[in-house]
Amino acid sequence: MAEILLADVYKSYGKTEVIHGVDWHIEDSEFVVIVGPSGCGKSTLLRMIAGLETITNGEISIGGRVVNDLEPAQRDIAMVFQNYALYPHMSVYNNMAYGLKIKGVPKAEIDQRVREAADRLEIGEYLGRSPRQLSGGQRQRVAMGRAIVRKPSVFLFDEPLSNLDAKLRVQMRLEIKKLQERLGITSVYVTHDQVEAMTLGHRLMILNDGYVEQLGTPIEIYENPLTKFVAGFIGSPSMNFIETRLEEDATTVKFSHKTSFRLAGSYPQFKGRNVSIGIRPEHFFFAPDNPEAIPFRAEVVEHLGADTLLHGTVDEGESELIVRFNGISTVTQGETVPVYIDPANIHIFDAQNGKRLEVE
Amino acid sequence: MIENRPFVTFVSHVVLILGIVIIAFPIWVTFVAASHDAVRMTQVPLPLLPGGHFFENLVSALTKGVGNAREQSVGLMLMNSLIMALMIAVGKIAISLLSAFAIVYFRFPFRMMFFWMIFITLMLPVEVRIIPTFQVVANLGMLNNYWGLSIPLIASATATFMFRQVFLTIPDELLEAARIDGAGPMRFFKDILLPMSRTNIAALFVILFIYGWNQYLWPLLITTDKSMYTIVMGIKSMLEAAEESPEWHLIMMSSLLALLPPVMVVVFMQSLFVKGLTETEK
Amino acid sequence: MLKRVHFGPSLLPFLLVAPQIAITIVFFIWPASQALYQSLLVEDAFGLKTEFVWFQNYSELFDDELYFDTVYRTAFFSSMVAFLSMSSALLLAGMADRVIKGAKVYRTFLIWPYAVAPVVAGALWMFMFDPTLGIVAYFLHAMGSNWNFRVNGDEAMALVIFAAAWKQISYNFLFFLAGMQAIPKSLIEAAAIDGAGPGRRFWTIIFPLLSPTTFFLLVMNIVYAFFDTFGIIHAVTKGGPAKATEILVYKVYNDGFIGLDLGGSAAQSVVLMTIVIVLTVIQFRYIENKVKY
Repeated sequence: MAEILLADVYKSYGKTEVIHGVDWHIEDSEFVVIVGPSGCGKSTLLRMIAGLETITNGEISIGGRVVNDLEPAQRDIAMVFQNYALYPHMSVYNNMAYGLKIKGVPKAEIDQRVREAADRLEIGEYLGRSPRQLSGGQRQRVAMGRAIVRKPSVFLFDEPLSNLDAKLRVQMRLEIKKLQERLGITSVYVTHDQVEAMTLGHRLMILNDGYVEQLGTPIEIYENPLTKFVAGFIGSPSMNFIETRLEEDATTVKFSHKTSFRLAGSYPQFKGRNVSIGIRPEHFFFAPDNPEAIPFRAEVVEHLGADTLLHGTVDEGESELIVRFNGISTVTQGETVPVYIDPANIHIFDAQNGKRLEVE
Repeated sequence: MIENRPFVTFVSHVVLILGIVIIAFPIWVTFVAASHDAVRMTQVPLPLLPGGHFFENLVSALTKGVGNAREQSVGLMLMNSLIMALMIAVGKIAISLLSAFAIVYFRFPFRMMFFWMIFITLMLPVEVRIIPTFQVVANLGMLNNYWGLSIPLIASATATFMFRQVFLTIPDELLEAARIDGAGPMRFFKDILLPMSRTNIAALFVILFIYGWNQYLWPLLITTDKSMYTIVMGIKSMLEAAEESPEWHLIMMSSLLALLPPVMVVVFMQSLFVKGLTETEK
Repeated sequence: MLKRVHFGPSLLPFLLVAPQIAITIVFFIWPASQALYQSLLVEDAFGLKTEFVWFQNYSELFDDELYFDTVYRTAFFSSMVAFLSMSSALLLAGMADRVIKGAKVYRTFLIWPYAVAPVVAGALWMFMFDPTLGIVAYFLHAMGSNWNFRVNGDEAMALVIFAAAWKQISYNFLFFLAGMQAIPKSLIEAAAIDGAGPGRRFWTIIFPLLSPTTFFLLVMNIVYAFFDTFGIIHAVTKGGPAKATEILVYKVYNDGFIGLDLGGSAAQSVVLMTIVIVLTVIQFRYIENKVKY
């Protein structure tokens, strides 16, 4: 078991810097997720921990040992790849045993460890088969098995579920979570899928363009996104943003030329500035009796069953919004409904740098 | 086929069978000649149906030799051909695998220069550098031995390019997984690359075996000692002798023996042969 | 070209390429440069004295009408071999592509001549056409011809062309067949729905789509006829009678190795080298422009 320490980690390819200084302390037994859009550098960061990419600057240590110059095999890690990277010419058994053989683990122990891992993952009956003969889900399990038999102190997952179909993905997600809890092995998981990130991680790192946007638990990130990027990235459908200006009273913003809205706090130091206000679709509610309600005209109604998504506008199309109501809504296309938002659920960001504005 | 036209299909079969008959005719004549005795083979017209002396001729050729090459039995020449063909095929595959591995999986100084040097060999067949190559081999003392017969022929741009192509299609993640498993470069080469390229190796082996077996100009240049004659050279010297004392029954038996091994390889390893032929030309 | 993921710097890659590079330098690059160098020298008959003469060997070569005869002869020989073996292979491949039953069996019986060594191919054809004993010569004589390739240059040329083309049919057949099978069936079906019969489909759909294969084979056949037929000619005619079948490669060998005219032979080698380089470049350009079906 081990903690992982990233200290001021940089990565450049030639002159292009792709990771711009990452500091992170991952606790022992923690399950953390690095999430971000494709090309944000998340896989690069993971591969630096694995030792598959060199570290341009800074230091990575695993279990108190600086690993910068260690080969992947010496770092006491195991990795699960997106395309599984199973050796196609070896049986499932040999795929799992290969690393142990190289390490010189005695045959009997290899056998015992492979069978134990296979039982745990319910792939015992496939040990003699070749990866070609397995389904996607089964290959996924073999890749996991190959990681487990090594008894590493760190698991690294590089988008392991993205080649599976939706149903299998949910199932494997649960299994990975349970497995990690049972084994208690420190795990770093990379994904672009926010649902995976939110459900799996004890803590998340939101990475954008090589910069760390935010570190925190899923709830912290959902409730208190530190940047507009994070606010828009986490949550589905994404947060609505309205570009506007903070009025001189430092506590109201205009929604459109005729509708304005009161914020929960006062931001005197930002008055008169351009800001983005963010409201999650699920934070609107139907408020026929509220005098402060906004008239929202639904233009497209999508019934998802569990909830209803309304795509529409406020004030003759000045602001486009997505509103989400629980259950099956009776609102019809073209209908205008009064909606209200609790001011506490309104996020406000600096329009220039995207940073969250804090109440003074 | 698209529409049902029995007549067109019938014609197709007829053309194919006719083609096969014409193409196979020389070998039939050879087989027939190899099965008659010396006397019958001097009477015009020569027979078109096999006679009863096949095994007698076979034993005679294998053990006693023919014509000019009398002192050298066909059996020995076959052995020489086999050794040369195997050395060429194995040698080419081995050094091409290694150099393709280096070029694809390592970044090192002069990498591209080496690549182009290998490429250049494509443009320098033996035929265009006959005498200087002979001089080099003579200076190295490699005349009249197996090394001289094989080593100068084992550089191979085509084989190197083919393995390079094969390696490039192997996913990067396999190398990464192997590194995490603790495999060094040579271990990766032996445990992952070699087994994953085995059908390509086999296909190439088939092509190169035929190539090696059928070499003619090169052995002609560097062997003067009859004990180093390959079967293909042996046939040539028998033909020369045939002008004085035609022993066509034995010459044709020897030709049959000379063409049988590579033809068998093509027929029985047909899919590997086709794969090898089409892949080395990419 | 290089893997994104690769091993770090070490001595190992040098060791890995060493055998290939050593052989390439010693047996390819060095002799080739020697040929270049020797082509600028004249050596006296005893090999005692050599003189540097710049391009004299070349100017002698290009002034030599006999050399140009050889060039034309080689061109004729190569184009006949290419035409004969490619057209028969195309016909056979077209038929084999049509039949479903027995296609594999037909293929087996058509590809084996590839494996026959040129010298052995020469021996088989020489035997069939031997003027005194040959079975085909017997029929020719019976029909009133006085076939004798040992004295008649045209007949000798015809014989080596047949032998060379025969050996190459397999190769062309395989590539034509593969090319035809790579054409999507839906294209052929569309043409059939448009009302094109089998012959018309072949000439308007299949043959045009095969043009990259045809071009590739043309280059390969020329290379084959230029270089790989040495064995056939050496075995059957030795370039004769009266040089009637002497092609470029044979002349290099004959002038240099038998006639010991090192400078002249080297100059001829360099000309051949140039031809190979041009053909190789053409062949590689073909690969870049390869049409995707």
